Amino acid sequence: MAEKPPANDEPASGPPSPMFERPGRREIVKRIGMSAAVLAGSAVVGKALWDQGGFGASTSSAARQVRDYRLKDRAPDHAELAIAKQRDGEPEPSAEQLVRRAIEAMGGIKRFVSRGDVVVIKPNIGWDRMPIHAANTNPDVVGAVVQLAFEAGAKKVVVADGSCNDPNRCFQRSGIWRKAYSLGAEVVLPAEHRFRTTRMKGEILDEWPIFTTLVDADKVINVPVAKHHNLAKYTAAMKNWYGVLGGRRNRLHQNIDVSIADLATFMRPTLVVVDAMRVLMRNGPQGGNIDDTKVMNTVFATVDQVAADAYGATLIGQHRDNLPYLKMGHERGLGTMYWENLKVREV
Amino acid sequence: MAAATSPGSGQSKPHAGVALDASAIDHAALHDADHTHVHVEPIPWKTGAVGAVKPIDRDTSWTPSAASPAAPAPAPKKQKDAAAMAAAEKAGAAAMESALGIGTGGGVPKKKKIDPKLPGSGIPARKSIRTLVWVRRASQVGFFVLFMYFLFQTGFHGSFAAKSDTPVRLPLPVEGFLLADPFVSAMTVLSTHTVYRGLLWSVGLLALTLVVGRVFCGWICPFGTLHHFFGWILPSRKGRGALRVEANKTHDRRQNVKYYLMYAFLLASVAGSAIGGLFDPICIAVRAIGLGVIPGAQYVAHRGLGAVQDVPVRPIQSAADHTQDALASAVWGSHQFYFHQTWLIVVLLIAILFMNRFVPRFWCRVLCPLGAFLGVFAKFALFGMEKDHAKCTDCNLCLVNCQGADSPQGGVKWRQDECHMCLNCESSCPEDVIKFRFLPNRKSALSAPALQRRTLLATTAAGAAFIPVARIADSLDVNYHSKVIRPPGAVEERAFLERCIRCAECMKVCPNNALHPALFEAGIEGLWTPILIARIGYCEHSCVLCGQVCPTGAIQKITEKEKLGLGVPPVKIGTAFYDHGRCLPWSMQTPCIVCEEFCPTSPKAIWVEEVEAPVRDSKPGPAGEQPAMLQVKLQRPHVDPSLCIGCGACEKVCPVQDQPAVYITSVGESRSKSNVILLENTNYNQKS
Ligand code: SF4
Ligand code: SF4
Ligand code: SF4
Repeated sequence: MAEKPPANDEPASGPPSPMFERPGRREIVKRIGMSAAVLAGSAVVGKALWDQGGFGASTSSAARQVRDYRLKDRAPDHAELAIAKQRDGEPEPSAEQLVRRAIEAMGGIKRFVSRGDVVVIKPNIGWDRMPIHAANTNPDVVGAVVQLAFEAGAKKVVVADGSCNDPNRCFQRSGIWRKAYSLGAEVVLPAEHRFRTTRMKGEILDEWPIFTTLVDADKVINVPVAKHHNLAKYTAAMKNWYGVLGGRRNRLHQNIDVSIADLATFMRPTLVVVDAMRVLMRNGPQGGNIDDTKVMNTVFATVDQVAADAYGATLIGQHRDNLPYLKMGHERGLGTMYWENLKVREV
Repeated sequence: MAAATSPGSGQSKPHAGVALDASAIDHAALHDADHTHVHVEPIPWKTGAVGAVKPIDRDTSWTPSAASPAAPAPAPKKQKDAAAMAAAEKAGAAAMESALGIGTGGGVPKKKKIDPKLPGSGIPARKSIRTLVWVRRASQVGFFVLFMYFLFQTGFHGSFAAKSDTPVRLPLPVEGFLLADPFVSAMTVLSTHTVYRGLLWSVGLLALTLVVGRVFCGWICPFGTLHHFFGWILPSRKGRGALRVEANKTHDRRQNVKYYLMYAFLLASVAGSAIGGLFDPICIAVRAIGLGVIPGAQYVAHRGLGAVQDVPVRPIQSAADHTQDALASAVWGSHQFYFHQTWLIVVLLIAILFMNRFVPRFWCRVLCPLGAFLGVFAKFALFGMEKDHAKCTDCNLCLVNCQGADSPQGGVKWRQDECHMCLNCESSCPEDVIKFRFLPNRKSALSAPALQRRTLLATTAAGAAFIPVARIADSLDVNYHSKVIRPPGAVEERAFLERCIRCAECMKVCPNNALHPALFEAGIEGLWTPILIARIGYCEHSCVLCGQVCPTGAIQKITEKEKLGLGVPPVKIGTAFYDHGRCLPWSMQTPCIVCEEFCPTSPKAIWVEEVEAPVRDSKPGPAGEQPAMLQVKLQRPHVDPSLCIGCGACEKVCPVQDQPAVYITSVGESRSKSNVILLENTNYNQKS
């Protein structure tokens, strides 16, 4: 800047200042080339990422998705619905005894769990209630199933559920965490990252986040608790699959029967073991008052979720005709609502 | 240059107290006046210069040549008067020092080996001091880690070992740092005239301060450690040389601000509001890290690891899964936490951390009311500094790493109330000028700030006046905001404001993410006090964790029995109301009652009425006639206000997403005798 041209009001008369020299040809080509390259680059990126708007309504018409863990064999000589209750004159049986009796009548646990299987057990751990309130599955029933699965040679037993209340509290206060853990099962809380969006393609449940832990398994055992439900009247096995869903499942209540049927269509467990040791008769599903519960000392096992609920409903004085989701399940071929037609065995 | 000259004038005062005569002061002042910072000498330890070094900055220019004849001659032998003074104390002090493993064993320094790698005369600091500096660093890291660990543990993570009837409590005293905070105690003592439970621990910290000064600031305070760290990494290259020396000199004007703030907050407490918690460093750390940094990191980790989980390679997926599991169980819990308006808290944190670029530990020196409070007590500390001004060559190495800006350099008096006891100065001094010891002589120490009486009066008056001003601007006695729903166990609003220090412990611990820092819902005075936002999370029925961690008793430590109302009336935090225009069974003839399902009381506060209602079919008839009318069976929910506890579960789960059809407001809360609906709860002696 040493030789500044004079502050110019008048045009410069002398030789042009070196400060106004043109750039060389190479330089010009290079600079235009650079601009062109940047322009071309942005055009390519723009084209590649071009979003033409619109909602892009999905046209996929895939069939209903199913997670089917059922056995392929039919065992004609075993019970299809095994009900273990306190026998006349018998001292109060433990939950474990009842679970063993029921599963024995079904042909034994070995029929359902093979050596080396990863077994997922899905109890109801929905509420921050203690076992005495009978809003969650009885921990001893869960424990007995865990125990049996290990006896059959399961490689890993996972106990998990998607709770309604704070999961840490539900798992701890239901007593299931402690029980299952002490027996060597892996207890998995529903952390957010364990949910993946899945297309279920149900009638009303289309795309939902699914608790992957519950479906990554060789065998799945549904261990619900039988209880009153103010909206659906009675719920146990089929409704238990609410625990598979993440997201805002509070919307399912607007069509609770179809949602339950959709879920039961999606999840087809290996075995259903229903806990009716103590049954919530009123104010379900959450309960909270011991006076609303009734001791029944019953556990029943089946492979038919619809029959399980149709039978279970009788325990709280409900009838299958009042439970539309049973009819839907029946019509969809998920099982039979006429449980009497199955081979029922009381043990 | 303003910053450069003002301390000079400020520091001419300390000179007067030292055993120097007036000519030295004049000389120093003169020197200050005409000194310019254009030719800043390179930093000696960076150039590797050995031997006598020129000062890199000379504002405090005490040099041997400027010493008056009255001052003891600079000599390699130790100062005589210091020795004389020390003689009397020697025995006692020596015993104490050796008991604590520090000191020189009687104050007689051994002949120092000259270390040619050190600048200046290369006299290494005492071994004990060099060790202590490392102990201090370890302590800072240790306490910071402990603080973070407590913060991670401020949340219920459940346990596989607990029985189903074990009461749910946190196993650790996660609010420990707050309990040890004497400024919190002082505020609540002034406002409530009591010391709440664990706050008695803060006496321990006062005792520590009375022995060793503001050791808390330099060795313990997690927020201070954060600033220490940022003051170390943030400054530019330039900011590590002469600029840093300049910044680290005592600047009375700005460093006094924290005292004014502290007194203002204490007066506000007298006026009935623990609003000073807004500025308490531990509160800020819990609030900003707990409500901002941790959830932010959680968000990022969840997104990042979520993307990794989608990589279709098994081992990578499972590694990502396990990382998420570990983080969820050890650090932040199983779901993302969100906090109302927390961005403001984070922006302020970032701003205050960024100030370290210009003034290291700006927060600690200028704003921290806890530091000021401890400074008042540091005056009585038994441990302190002596220095031999004559030996100081003005190399200013001590100032380079000074944390408190407390004038460790020669020629000025050390400011005991500002010193964080980091010991960097003695450790870096190559000339054997600085000595920390027990029961030092106070020849070159000042122990109290030179506060301006008028400013002090004005600020404290402002502190006291702010509270009534905030309260007449409605929001407390009249026009109480319906969404100021306090946590269960919270005391009555006035008492609450006397106690709540906005530490955010309750918000961090809440398992359901129900508690949030209020912005202006509770008035300006209620900034960042906890309110329950049921749309984000409801109050878990059997949970009492917020009371457990509240350090000041703003939320009392209630038991499950009291909360659930077993034998006593339950704790109510509000009441639910239905918006019939939005409720599905009420206005859209659609079944729902999720609210009833989640209502945790027994009997349920929500009851349903079975009705048959007409509803129009959505499709027109086959010949295009008007859609037919149908009849549907519905259950329509109602609230029983005498049973409703206001937990907000119904509001949380109502499927009408944006603005729920059932919502809670604070009316009917059991802590208030005026904010009531029902006749039987009304107390006519209270103004409403
Ligand atoms: S607000 Fe309720 S859920 Fe949250 S910590 Fe307090 S008691 Fe627990
Ligand atoms: S109410 Fe919450 S923010 Fe206030 S002092 Fe207690 S724990 Fe801290
Ligand atoms: S959850 Fe909401 S929409 Fe459903 S019944 Fe209750 S208030 Fe109405």
